[in-house]
Amino acid sequence: MNTFYERWLGGKQGALGIAVLIALIFIIMPLWLDVFRLNLVGKYLTYAFAAVSLVMVWGYGGVLSLGQGVFFGLGGYCMAMFLKLEASDLASTAHQTTPGIPDFMDWNQITALPTFWEPFHSLTFTLIAVLIVPAIFAYIIGAAMFKRRVSGVYFSIMTQAVAAILTILIVGQQGYTGGINGITDLKTLHGWNINTDSAKYTLYFINGALLIGVIMICRYVLSSKLGRLLLAMRDKEDRVRFSGYDVSNFKIFTFALSAIISAIGGAMFTLQVGFMSPSFVGIVPSIQMVIFAAVGGRMSLVGAVFGSLLVNYGKTAFSESFPALWLFFMGGLFIAVVMFFPNGLAGIYEMYGIKWQNRLFAKFRRGSSPPPATTPEVEGQRG
Amino acid sequence: MTQEHPILAVEDLTVSFDGFKAVDGLNFYVMPDELRVVIGPNGAGKTTLLDMICGKTRPTEGSIRFDDKEVTKMSEHAIVRAGVGRKFQTPSIYENLSVFENLEISYPSGRTVFSSLMFRRTSQVTERIEEVAEMIGLTDRLNDEAGLLSHGQKQWLEIGMLLIQDPKLLMLDEPVAGMSVKEREETAELLNKVCKDRSVVVIEHDMEFVKRIAHKVTVLHQGKLLAEGSMDMVQNDERVIEVYLGH
Repeated sequence: MNTFYERWLGGKQGALGIAVLIALIFIIMPLWLDVFRLNLVGKYLTYAFAAVSLVMVWGYGGVLSLGQGVFFGLGGYCMAMFLKLEASDLASTAHQTTPGIPDFMDWNQITALPTFWEPFHSLTFTLIAVLIVPAIFAYIIGAAMFKRRVSGVYFSIMTQAVAAILTILIVGQQGYTGGINGITDLKTLHGWNINTDSAKYTLYFINGALLIGVIMICRYVLSSKLGRLLLAMRDKEDRVRFSGYDVSNFKIFTFALSAIISAIGGAMFTLQVGFMSPSFVGIVPSIQMVIFAAVGGRMSLVGAVFGSLLVNYGKTAFSESFPALWLFFMGGLFIAVVMFFPNGLAGIYEMYGIKWQNRLFAKFRRGSSPPPATTPEVEGQRG
Repeated sequence: MTQEHPILAVEDLTVSFDGFKAVDGLNFYVMPDELRVVIGPNGAGKTTLLDMICGKTRPTEGSIRFDDKEVTKMSEHAIVRAGVGRKFQTPSIYENLSVFENLEISYPSGRTVFSSLMFRRTSQVTERIEEVAEMIGLTDRLNDEAGLLSHGQKQWLEIGMLLIQDPKLLMLDEPVAGMSVKEREETAELLNKVCKDRSVVVIEHDMEFVKRIAHKVTVLHQGKLLAEGSMDMVQNDERVIEVYLGH
């Protein structure tokens, strides 16, 4: 139990952070918001997976990936392919030239389901693919780069290039991928209509639970020797290497783990929003994910969730009134955070929040115990 | 005493950087349990020699055999696991981690991704860390952040991080640079203690310190071997006096 508390929750501060998050996601939001707004929050929380993954790979791993959208997209597309196949049964596609294949394939004169789509008839395969496809992809990119000691800004540029390439590929191969429109008109998951209000509630809660689970897994990884090695590598990579470690393997692992986390977010995005398109894969969404992590604090898993919520809420609120200005505002926000709050919201919390929290606890303790008659100064100091 | 087999055999070693030969046809042997000091003027190729033994720099020609294994083609971490420990010139420790964690990271288990995830701080690990901490005189600093240590203590910590791996060959690049006289004496004692069951190669400029520790001294000059032998012999060598020791 004690190791669970220390390692999975992250001690007192970590457990408190998770508790606040649970209260927010599972109690406050559902009570406060209608189903439309809650679904919107659910969408923001899928971005939080990507932000959490960036905390791992950028904050702790020390390599900035500008391609988390790629993994978010891969997870999302895997899920969308399954849902699209289920939506394209013979009855509802009877009017097509080739019934039984997704509509966009029919529009593109494709007459048979491509081989790589076939296994996505199976939900089990799809769920495994959501995790494995991005992991393999990240492993290949990671091995190609880290084994050659590519790091820093070169790694960032390469991941950004991968994001661009994948977008171009998806847009270009319209018949196989749905092109620029993405995969739309998704209806049911194993016969369960995902567009009803009750399904939206259920998916929101599953999404929240998965996010908390992912954060706990990250906490476990960071509290292991591997977590300390990541810190050591950021400080003195050569010392780690000449202490008998294959540094590249640790970076590949962290990158692949971050890919899986992003992909879970992508799959949940598809389920909650009801479609997947290349606009969540490319360079711009990947950079936005970096902004979520930076605003939340790149060393804070819980902070990344708050960063995603806050920036996306801002985006919705701000772009309703000033649609043209939003991107400038977001760019300005990023610059401001990097310049003035390098540790983001989590940094601000550490600076002021913990002090405030201790004062609050002290007040509670004082309130519940009989007031001390003789030593007011001592009490004052403790506060 | 029988003729011993060298633990480290460097033969015809050459490395050139854009035509400049930093090490040129060098032969260099270290025996088990020997403490060897390598001296020489700046640019003699001392650090480059250590770099090649530990795999940081790849030689252009020649061979390096450690414990009868050719290491010139091995990866850095494989060379470390074979038993070579290397201390860098500037103290290279993890400033943000505690002294304990610095030693724990260097502890030779949990070295792969998955074993590091499963690594547990057993009593065996803790005891070994405490044992090494005592050798390097940092027992009461174990829980302090390593960045708070004095320069000399950082040097010792890095030596401790190597000792905890129990290497067969320990290579130290200027271990007493920037240390006070007292710290130098303590370091000399430490090295005399640790070379009892392993070979040690030290690069050093401080001749007083060299005198205290060296079993045998190798003098390098322009990437070549200039002289090799006991301290007395080397100190009285005409050529050594000319290029290095001076008047």
